[in-house]
Amino acid sequence: MTPGLLIRRRFTSVVMLSLTGVCTALVLGILFFILGYITYHGISALDWDFFTKLPKPVGEKGGGMANAIVGTIKLLFLASLIGVPIGFLGGVYLSEYGRKNTLGFMIRYAADLLNGIPSIVMGIFAYTIVVLPMGHFSTVAGGVALGIMMIPIAVRTSEEFLKLVPASIREAGLALGLAEWKVVSFIVIPTAFRGIVTGIMLDLARVAGETAPLLFTAFSNRFWSRGWLEPIASLPVMIYTYAIAPYEDWHRQAWAAGMVLVLLVLGANILSRLVLHRQLKG
Amino acid sequence: MSKPVYVIEKLNGWFGERHVLKDISLKIETQQVTAIIGPSGCGKSTFIRCLNRLHEVVPGARTTGSILLDGTDIHGPGVDPVAIRRRVGMVFQKPNPFPTMSVFDNVAAGLRLNGIRRRTVVDERVQLALKQAALWDEVKDVLHKSGASLSGGQQQRLCIARAIAVAPEVLLLDEPCSALDPIATARIEELLLELKRSYTIVIVTHNMQQAARVSDYTGFFLLGELIEFGETRQIFTNPKDRRTEDYITGRFG
Repeated sequence: MTPGLLIRRRFTSVVMLSLTGVCTALVLGILFFILGYITYHGISALDWDFFTKLPKPVGEKGGGMANAIVGTIKLLFLASLIGVPIGFLGGVYLSEYGRKNTLGFMIRYAADLLNGIPSIVMGIFAYTIVVLPMGHFSTVAGGVALGIMMIPIAVRTSEEFLKLVPASIREAGLALGLAEWKVVSFIVIPTAFRGIVTGIMLDLARVAGETAPLLFTAFSNRFWSRGWLEPIASLPVMIYTYAIAPYEDWHRQAWAAGMVLVLLVLGANILSRLVLHRQLKG
Repeated sequence: MSKPVYVIEKLNGWFGERHVLKDISLKIETQQVTAIIGPSGCGKSTFIRCLNRLHEVVPGARTTGSILLDGTDIHGPGVDPVAIRRRVGMVFQKPNPFPTMSVFDNVAAGLRLNGIRRRTVVDERVQLALKQAALWDEVKDVLHKSGASLSGGQQQRLCIARAIAVAPEVLLLDEPCSALDPIATARIEELLLELKRSYTIVIVTHNMQQAARVSDYTGFFLLGELIEFGETRQIFTNPKDRRTEDYITGRFG
């Protein structure tokens, strides 16, 4: 190798390595900037009352968003009830039985289209199929809207993680004289399980922040909602309402709500990881 | 001599349009080691994957001809491939323990998933299989560690233990040593001589010395055809076909 070539290679290596480094720093920088900014603005309004009290009437200072925190949890619970089983089983079908056939192609295509539908359209859809027949806004309607939104990503991530399980593992199962469904249920799915859970957590995090579909479905309220058939407050809708209101105190509470939403998603993520970790050990 | 386990007549195999096995006919004798040798791409792996009907799992793959296992056609109407595979175990080229399972669970998988759940029975048979696979002494203290944490050679013996735990009649090995170092290879070869007392073994290898060391019968495949089949000693000392001689003397390969 000539010295000139060596220098050029070293130079290219340094440039490319720095570029990837800069991009990494940029991504992390933006993330931490957002987290820091939210914390900076939100922390002052974050007190015990925020987690335990209902919103105060307009004009009165203080109060909290206990109903919205519970509301978001309830909505996400309903959404998972719809989105996770359909998405997961759909992913299993696509990966294990529908890799090459027409039905598989159609489901995959439909999921991708569904994923591209603006969330506000999803809200109108849930409004038409749930809110109108019921005659009023409800937690269930919000859950349906978010649940449908979860399906496409749950399908595709489940499929992708199942596809990552090497053919050699499936063949090892088949060679033991196991029926295909047993190989899929007890060998392939457990192997992909971690990845699937991670995908579903990301999916959940994405719909946790959805506001537009909730405006048409769960609506909001300023008190505790009983059962599942009443309108319900949620953190994203509260953020939206509080952020556009003309009160300084509400702005601070909107920031605090943003922070709680982030923490909620983070908490769910950490919890799922802990549970998974323990399961694998035990 | 006892009855052969497998009687294969005019077996043809395809991947889509590609004709990879051409009119293979041979017999596999009970409790003997039969080695299948030949250069890469000669159809030897496809051949043993036909013996437990794993070939057909690949999309577009098909076969014609007949394979009799103890007198029953394994492709006959009403024959469940799952039932065939329970009688015919297989070990693959690359060690493939189930990654989420412990050493113990890997060996127990075939038993448990086939409905044997009594703990005492499972414990006993796992231990027996690990002993037969000459792995017990090395893993008896790490039974609950992940199977993937073992060395490559240990993983391959774990896969052998997993295959024999369900007590098959035949054990198919598809180049089981190609990913292993010479010492691990020697251990597996030793093990095969031991296992042959209980099982009929078919081993695919592109290592001719290995075939010569471990097998009783050898088949030489070339471009999808069975060129020559016979007792290993005869194949290696006095091959009848010119191509066999060229291959085993290393003139091509």
